[in-house]
Amino acid sequence: MIRVILPAHLKNLAKVSGEIKLDVPEQPTQRLVLNALEEQYPMLRGTIRDRQSGQRRAFIRFYACEEDLSNESPDEPLPDQVIAGKEPFLIVGAMAGG
Amino acid sequence: MTGVRLLVGTRKGAFILTADGQRRDWQVDGPHFGGWEIYHVNGSPADPNRLWASQSSGWFGQVVQRSDDGGKSWEPVGNDFAYEGEVGEHLWYDGTPRPWEFKRIWHFEPSLDDPDTVYAGAEDAALYRSTDGGKTWNELIGLRTHESGPRWQPGAGGMCLHTIILDPVNRDRIFVAISAAGAFRSDDAGDTWLPINRGLRSGQIPDEDAEVGHCVHRLAMHPSRPDTLFMQKHWDVMRTDDAGGNWREISGNLPTDFGFPIAVHAHEPETVFVVPIKSDSEHYVHDGKLRVYRSRTGGDEWEALTNGLPQSNCYVNVLRDAMAVDRLEPCGIYFGTSGGQVYGSADGGDSWTAIVRDLPPVLSVEVQALP
Repeated sequence: MIRVILPAHLKNLAKVSGEIKLDVPEQPTQRLVLNALEEQYPMLRGTIRDRQSGQRRAFIRFYACEEDLSNESPDEPLPDQVIAGKEPFLIVGAMAGG
Repeated sequence: MTGVRLLVGTRKGAFILTADGQRRDWQVDGPHFGGWEIYHVNGSPADPNRLWASQSSGWFGQVVQRSDDGGKSWEPVGNDFAYEGEVGEHLWYDGTPRPWEFKRIWHFEPSLDDPDTVYAGAEDAALYRSTDGGKTWNELIGLRTHESGPRWQPGAGGMCLHTIILDPVNRDRIFVAISAAGAFRSDDAGDTWLPINRGLRSGQIPDEDAEVGHCVHRLAMHPSRPDTLFMQKHWDVMRTDDAGGNWREISGNLPTDFGFPIAVHAHEPETVFVVPIKSDSEHYVHDGKLRVYRSRTGGDEWEALTNGLPQSNCYVNVLRDAMAVDRLEPCGIYFGTSGGQVYGSADGGDSWTAIVRDLPPVLSVEVQALP
């Protein structure tokens, strides 16, 4: 079970509150978590990563275990603490705009 | 008619303003999608409760929202706006080639008779159509791949397709306008396109009367005269009476002919409204006075409409999609400003009141006459 926390605007868009819990098969990676997230909440497609290229949108960051994972390979396994459900995977809107 | 509904898009959400046919007392509902830029909200002529909203942000990209109950509730629908085939290149501000890159939807134009069909104008310029209620979007590729496409260039606001007019008589005819490429017409439901810019002169481009490259800000048509179009260009107010075959300038006695919106009276095809802006480097109204100008002669002769509008220390702008007319009697006219005011006139422009004063900067205003 992977715990995911969305930024406020995407919570509103997906009509959720609090954490999202996702079943991710195999060895969870950023890509597999985002695949599962978009499968469960199709309205989030295109808001976190580009629909065509799969690239993370420029002002989106991925944090977990007090680390910035944004520039890790999307196919790199997530930290053990996230896989174990002890720490959430945070999707964050970058600080921008003053 | 039982009333009117204004659909207002702002920098920080959408607002829905409603009134009865008297148009004196207004209810303000919103913000919907608070914090997001809402470039446009528009309603279906075939089903007034079917609304479309373009919701976007620099963080999260483009979302399309649809309402089937007049804006009481909304559901996100498809947002996959792909450029079909080879993406190609247009000119960047510095004159170098740059690949087309989708940024947002500027404008929705619902079909005149099918609630599930809607057209969407994009930045970077492209025209999309959905025929399944917004689930999927298909590009009308003949426009972007027109041979002139590599010569199109963005205006200051981006290379946006901001105007879509569906001809109510010749149903295969569509007009669009792009900043800064110009106006285009299709006579085959969007398969092929013809630049219709003859007669435009733009001092900001090397060849003043080039086939494309003109910064057209807005087109307007009266449905009873589909061959007559009015245009607010970057500078110059223009008209054509042969569906864009030739344009002539009708700026006449306007204090400045720079501006963004242009609209035609609902019942008088030769009555036209513009909001002159001082210049392209200042982007606020002339002399600190907010004045709508009305021509009852199809252009050339203009009168200032000031009753109820601020006539000192006013420095707002009115954007291209932020003026609309209703079909009630007498005709109502509405516009929104960069200062967050939405003004309305229920008497054809003779007098104005502020419906609401302190919204976020207004990007778009549409009006629906409710049955």
